[in-house]
Amino acid sequence: VHEFRVQVGPAAFRIGSRWAQPVAQLASLYADYPKPDIADFTVRLDAPSMLRRFVRRQVAIDGDYMLPDAVPLPFGQALLAAEMGMNLQMALGWRRHLLLHASAVEREGRALIMTGLSGSGKSTLSALLGNRGWRFMGDEFVLLDLESGAAVPFPRLISLKNEAIGAMQATVLDGTFGPLMSGTPKGDIRHLVPPTDAIVRMAEPAQPALLLFPRFGYRGAVREVAPGENFMRMTQASTNYVALGEAGFKAMARFIQTVPARAIDYQNGDEAIALVEKLWERLA
Amino acid sequence: MKRDAMLLVQALRDPASTRSLDAEGLTALIAMARAEQLIGTLAYRLADEAVPPKVADILSDARTNAEYQRRSALWEADCARRALADYPGKVVLLKGTAYVAAALQAGEGRHIGDLDIMVAREDLPQVEALLLKKGGWEWVKEDAYDDSYYRDHMHELPPLIHKERDRMIDVHHTILPLTARARPDAGAMLAEASAIKPVRPEPVEGRVARTRASTSSARTDQLCVLSPQDMVIHSAAHLFADGDLAGGLRNLWDIHCLLTEFDSANFWTELTNRAKHHQLTEPVARTARLGNHLYGTKIPKDWQRWNARDKWYIRRLTARDGWGRPTRKFICLIFYIRSHWLRMPPLMLARHLFTKWRKAKDKK
Repeated sequence: VHEFRVQVGPAAFRIGSRWAQPVAQLASLYADYPKPDIADFTVRLDAPSMLRRFVRRQVAIDGDYMLPDAVPLPFGQALLAAEMGMNLQMALGWRRHLLLHASAVEREGRALIMTGLSGSGKSTLSALLGNRGWRFMGDEFVLLDLESGAAVPFPRLISLKNEAIGAMQATVLDGTFGPLMSGTPKGDIRHLVPPTDAIVRMAEPAQPALLLFPRFGYRGAVREVAPGENFMRMTQASTNYVALGEAGFKAMARFIQTVPARAIDYQNGDEAIALVEKLWERLA
Repeated sequence: MKRDAMLLVQALRDPASTRSLDAEGLTALIAMARAEQLIGTLAYRLADEAVPPKVADILSDARTNAEYQRRSALWEADCARRALADYPGKVVLLKGTAYVAAALQAGEGRHIGDLDIMVAREDLPQVEALLLKKGGWEWVKEDAYDDSYYRDHMHELPPLIHKERDRMIDVHHTILPLTARARPDAGAMLAEASAIKPVRPEPVEGRVARTRASTSSARTDQLCVLSPQDMVIHSAAHLFADGDLAGGLRNLWDIHCLLTEFDSANFWTELTNRAKHHQLTEPVARTARLGNHLYGTKIPKDWQRWNARDKWYIRRLTARDGWGRPTRKFICLIFYIRSHWLRMPPLMLARHLFTKWRKAKDKK
């Protein structure tokens, strides 16, 4: 077994791989992250069958927590398999915080949280803001402290998809990018190492100050989100809300009651950033 | 790297043994416990142990999750009770749901998936209709062969899944497939089953969750659990006379807890007689021996006669490495074949496999 360990925010991962290559890729992209000794989660990358070790090699995602009918990925997407495996452990196993499927950035100790379906642009927006004076906190999960309500960073590799890849390559000229993986279930994917301050300060939480529901591809608009709608959408955006029981309800209710929420539509990155800055100034 | 799940067995048996584990050993222990679905149980066993902060966090998560599973299991049982309110017979909760409903030690931290209930065989049509019409459950898959196979030869209806809650219910009418060699007396099990007190989830001081009786409920006598002896016998039958021992460490831990909690002057004599009546003397005896060997279950002297084959069972039960992966593929395969052999006579097995093979071929 080729082994790799990495700490992302409060979570420690152990990744075991049949092959050396995925581990080498992870080691180079996560070079600046801490290496934990005890792991919260184990992820395993192995061939789905004896045949697929050798012929048209495939990687099955396996680990402490698994989905019953996960489809194996081609060997060229092993890095994606590792990332998906780590996300899966968080989504299914993490119980220390209220886990929101969202991205986040921080300024002056306060957090801007963005959530939405895949394709809404929350990941790209967080990456763009992370290069324009904000601290990047994470593009996939935001962890809300059950007692204080603070947002805890989870700054894993930024997962860029399709058009976002070119856009970020043009913006972050000195960025460290992973291999380009085309033809994945979500189209083209390329990982980007977050800015240094995001990694150095990954243990530093921030109090949520604004929640946005971005939507890419529509004419610029801002809409208020009523608390009821907000609550329903956020319970759907959380993978562990139900499992946390009363503690989850309290944390969610406080988040909805104290953090202003807006839905924003935009057609390009500059427009979105201008909108975000304006709303932040007014509401946060 | 630890070679097998004896590491996990030792930690459950003697929580203090984990003090000597280094970071490697603790990570392996956690991966094994998750793979065997014993992480919740381990978390309660180690609740008072001084462990590194990281491990304490992991175990605390596991207790939170176990509490959630307990809450959901009791909720599902109550949903079934309401759907079956017009059914006059007993509805017996089985396995994990029964342990938490009866506030037994075996339920502490236990992983609970499906809801398992048992009713009288002649009442199956009525119970099935009520669950479909009033409860909101529906068939998982419509396949004529599988459906008739379940109905003709199995100890349960084909599994039902709830339309909205996405949770399964297995409706049993006895504890072993009808094709198995042993013929347990399901009627006697139902007759001896006793009503549980209504329970509501109530964590005590955030740690060990217990159930407490409440007095406000219209009908309190419908949901039942098996008698102590039958509970042990069912668990043993499930472990050694039915499946291929996958997940067996958890089932064996259940039995360890049950035997420890029920232990009394008359218990073992009654268990002997009852097991004989259900034609399950050998699985029950083996379960007790293996529980004694692995988890240190207290059993009477005359139950301790070691059997030469027991060591193979132990090798199968502990076939798990420090990455949480199954090991000892060949032994596992033998036990898999054995499980089918026990479940049906050879000619029938051949017919069954042939039908399954032909259907798989047609699908392609």
